[in-house]
Amino acid sequence: MTKVLEVSGLKTHFFTHAGVVKAVDGVDFSVSKGKVMGLVGESGSGKSITGFSILGLIDPPGRIVEGSIRFNGEEIANAPEDSLKRLRGNRISMIFQDPMMTLNPVLRVDTQMIEAILAHEKISRQVAWERSRDALGLVGIPSPEERLQAYPHQLSGGMRQRVAIATAFLTKPDLIIADEPTTALDVTIQAQIIHEAQKLTRQTGTALIWITHDLAVVAGLADRISVMYAGRIVEQGDIDDVIDRPRHPYTVGLLGSVPTANRRGQRLFQIEGMTPNMLAMPRGCAFGPRCRARTEACAAQPPIADVDGRRLRCFNPQRNAEAVP
Amino acid sequence: MTAPLVEIREVSKRFTKRLDVAGKIAQRLGANVREETVHAVDQVSLAIQPGEVLGLVGESGCGKSTLGRVVAGIHAASDGHLFYQGKDVATLKGAEKRAATLAIQMIFQDPFASLNPRMRVEEIIGEAPRMHGIVSKAEQSDYVDDVMRKVGLDPSLKRRYAHQFSGGQRQRIGIARALAVKPKFLVCDEAIAALDVSIQAQVINLFMDLREELGLAYLFISHDLSVVEHIADRVAIMYLGRIVESATTEEIFSDPRHPYTKALLAEAPRLDQRHRAFEPIEGEIPSPLDPPPGCTFHPRCPAATADCRKTVPVLKAGRGGRETACLLEHLETA
Repeated sequence: MTKVLEVSGLKTHFFTHAGVVKAVDGVDFSVSKGKVMGLVGESGSGKSITGFSILGLIDPPGRIVEGSIRFNGEEIANAPEDSLKRLRGNRISMIFQDPMMTLNPVLRVDTQMIEAILAHEKISRQVAWERSRDALGLVGIPSPEERLQAYPHQLSGGMRQRVAIATAFLTKPDLIIADEPTTALDVTIQAQIIHEAQKLTRQTGTALIWITHDLAVVAGLADRISVMYAGRIVEQGDIDDVIDRPRHPYTVGLLGSVPTANRRGQRLFQIEGMTPNMLAMPRGCAFGPRCRARTEACAAQPPIADVDGRRLRCFNPQRNAEAVP
Repeated sequence: MTAPLVEIREVSKRFTKRLDVAGKIAQRLGANVREETVHAVDQVSLAIQPGEVLGLVGESGCGKSTLGRVVAGIHAASDGHLFYQGKDVATLKGAEKRAATLAIQMIFQDPFASLNPRMRVEEIIGEAPRMHGIVSKAEQSDYVDDVMRKVGLDPSLKRRYAHQFSGGQRQRIGIARALAVKPKFLVCDEAIAALDVSIQAQVINLFMDLREELGLAYLFISHDLSVVEHIADRVAIMYLGRIVESATTEEIFSDPRHPYTKALLAEAPRLDQRHRAFEPIEGEIPSPLDPPPGCTFHPRCPAATADCRKTVPVLKAGRGGRETACLLEHLETA
């Protein structure tokens, strides 16, 4: 399987007046052609910063301090701006949670989409316009010719996100990073967007990194999953392995806190406490203070290791989901 | 049968965008501008028994928050009546009116916007019970401690301001503020939507504990079906200002009848479904400024007939005694 992206030992730190925030602190993963990787975590876990780091979108006081990001075999961590510009919006695209991050409110949709193509390819405006129109059609926008003439504010939230997705796919990129793309949308619209993303990855062989806090969305969409906590990946593996047989107490807790039919009306499993302050991280395992399976060993930082067909960062792997009630 | 704790009958809420001076002049000059009316809530009736949890589900723009605000007394209804323990709230006076108002409290979605940033937590929680004479000034401090403990907050933090707390804690402050006036009924408007997954579970558990402990009833408004399925006894599904289906949680989730309910259930992502092919229903919720004629769901409905484009279905018992607003469900009993 060809690896489109290989991230290893990535550390992105922010050097603030209050101290160093290790937003991403040693992250490894890879994505293969045509595959979907779900990157899951709560707010502040570093999942979005991981995505931004790949695209070289980290602004001071933040920077990538260590690690490598290989895109189609080429090192792009801390690459010069002009080589990143050739990749961004061309070989690697990003879809943001808020489509207005992608769209310029004072430009018409066609202007923006055509510009995205012409920035990277030498073709006529007419051909670029046709490609934009076809892209809008692909993501299920009715009467795309008319929509091309609209300004973003004339479109609904779901439509805007479709335009953002169509724009991301315009140049048939090798990799798309989608950062909570459906979080702000309704259930029926979310299903439509996931449907389009699924279809397009299958048709074009684009690899997809889907960043979200919603385990249920990832369960239905992804091939592999990486669970992040406080800047590190704590569990990573095939979606079925991780969702059906989680081993990290945090994954067990997250899955347990999702309401499902078979526990109707009963108390949900809750992870006590809250995510740690990134300026004052606990010693040893970052999840330790909230963990029910904590032992003395957890005072040291657990290394990531191969356990049971997956990557796991825990001294006390859980045997089955019931082990932590 | 005793009267329900809270009942609304044929409540409608309309918002009208009035023309400003420029608009009026333009209209005089023959421009195509007119006052626009949004029927946010259209002829909705609901009843909630003491201690019951009613889930209200719908997509953004369907009017569920407006309905919640009407129930909580924040918006006055354009038409219809709100009853508390069988009495029309609009006709109540004096102490009775105050009791009815205090008995229904609201929890808001955004724990960042719904707390006064310039007040200390002890004031946020303690102000209303003192003003309403539930506690004296001398007792206020102890009372606030009690309420804070009830929602899982450390009373030693009561001198702090809201911004010094995390999202989950702030939502607990919002809940404490509502509980401080000893309500019987809470309207929770997307009360956990802004929280992280692990914090959501904590707050859902808190709601369930409080219900058991204090016998509270809830109107639990959410777009998240799995949360509603977990917490509610009955569920009402709302689409474009109207209730389209209402049934027990069991019935809704095991045997949905209205095509919209079916679509919602089919499309909600679930942990136990892998590599699924999402096959969404087409289209989006129409603008409430210009709703389609007949059944408002017909443009998106896979089963729509010619009749659906003309006749407005009402919410009534259809096949198997189940309450839906769907002509097709009514057909088979007619």
